[in-house]
Amino acid sequence: MKELLKLLKQNSRLSNGELATMLGKTEGEIANQIKELEAKGIIRGYSVILDEELADSDVVSAYIELKITPQPDRGFDEMAKLISAFEEVESVTLMSGGFDLGITITGSGLKQIASFVSQRLATLDGVLSTRTHFVLKRYKEKGILIQDDPGDERGVYL
Amino acid sequence: MNYNELMSQRAQAIMPSPIRRFFDLAENMENVISLGVGEPDFRTPWPIRSAAINTLERQSIFYGANSGLLELRTEISNYMERKYQLSYHPENEILVTVGGSEAVDLTFRTLLNPGDEVLVTEPCFVCYAPLISLADGVPVPLPTKEENEFRLTAEELKAAITPKTKLIMLSYPNNPTGAIMRRENYEELAKVLRGTNIFVLSDEIYSELTYGSKHTSIAEIPDMRERTIVINGFSKAFAMTGWRLGWMAAPAEIIAQARKIHQYGIMCAPMVSQRAAISALKNCDADVKHMVSEYDHRRRFLLERFAEMGLRCFPAQGAFYLFPSIESTGMDSETFCEQLLQEERVAVVPGSAFGESGKNNLRISYAYSLKHLSEAADRIEHFLERHAK
Repeated sequence: MKELLKLLKQNSRLSNGELATMLGKTEGEIANQIKELEAKGIIRGYSVILDEELADSDVVSAYIELKITPQPDRGFDEMAKLISAFEEVESVTLMSGGFDLGITITGSGLKQIASFVSQRLATLDGVLSTRTHFVLKRYKEKGILIQDDPGDERGVYL
Repeated sequence: MNYNELMSQRAQAIMPSPIRRFFDLAENMENVISLGVGEPDFRTPWPIRSAAINTLERQSIFYGANSGLLELRTEISNYMERKYQLSYHPENEILVTVGGSEAVDLTFRTLLNPGDEVLVTEPCFVCYAPLISLADGVPVPLPTKEENEFRLTAEELKAAITPKTKLIMLSYPNNPTGAIMRRENYEELAKVLRGTNIFVLSDEIYSELTYGSKHTSIAEIPDMRERTIVINGFSKAFAMTGWRLGWMAAPAEIIAQARKIHQYGIMCAPMVSQRAAISALKNCDADVKHMVSEYDHRRRFLLERFAEMGLRCFPAQGAFYLFPSIESTGMDSETFCEQLLQEERVAVVPGSAFGESGKNNLRISYAYSLKHLSEAADRIEHFLERHAK
């Protein structure tokens, strides 16, 4: 299972047949394992890694640090779930250290993100403060390089 | 000056590497995709590089002991014990060399007298025969067969031995076939060698890269250690080709002679690499495991692709090469490779580069990303479709 997940993390578009070949299993076994991983909620979905700038040059992303007041009984969960429900929000993580929730968001311009933060996030009950960092350039995401292929430096010296 | 008359006849008699010759052709072409290189595509694991940086920052880099840093030899000794139950004393049975290749060269120069024959199992890496000739020995090709999984059999060995046989050269896991030898295969060879004065040079540079089974060294077999020179190195297992570091392990009498040649010709292996290599042996088991599992995925992927396109291929279990047979195309390997390069812009090495017995094969390296391998396989498939008989 571990090897299967490793391969899927590298490229989730590998077919069951290809995965089976590489792992020395049958296609049926792979299909069952994936079904099981999905049923257990270990695999939550499949996405794509884009060079956002190439896909749409107007797109802007931001990383937002949020400090919030934990609620009695539920801690940070309630607020995290509430924020996760916003469609613009791409990721929500509870952090240790100087702030509580880390949020990534992608929008079609600075203004859109600014208004989301000021009108929807900052106004939530329990949000103490926000800090917004705009993404200038992406180099790597989920293990995938968002850079030009450096080419093969290896020569054939023998 | 008339250089040809003046220079060493022996040097001039050596042919340039046939691998190199082929890739000079590819260099001037656009959009070539290569499956030719014989080195890992991974970067050297970070603990190794970090140890090298620490050395550069904090230590003087003087000449070191001729045999190599004692601390490194001790780690090598531990490693051989841990991996292969081989016991070599760090003080006098291990010599750290500039890559496995220096150790190969040293072995020939240490053991051979003029006219001594060296049985070289083929197909094999290109350096053995020229180095044997330079050491005044006589290389005698000992072809292995695909039907024997490219292993050397006791009968083949027995038939090749003459009164002049000094040494037999084995290299498993094998470049270019990817073949491995198992304990029982070595035990059969041991029956032939026991009681003779024949040495064994066992080039085990790919020992970490086996798939589905653990590497066995011939030196593990009873009575073989006394006659065996085990060669290994950091290049393939730890993705350290450019660091140039290997070693030979052998009985003290052999190491003592080899060390003199090494002392005058080399002084000592590079000290930064030696300090880094200590970290390789101490801290990189997980990195090696990761690389081996990636190679294994690619190996399976390519074997399956070749099966799909009807290219017969020996199911290699070691190193990072496949050695498919192109006999069905009716072309020899040189012609096949040249046309494949011209028509599909895929560069692979003709099997003939590794000995006459490889003339109907290709050496395909899978030290490349899956994406790269997939694209190359598609092109090879087009080529085969076009040239189907």
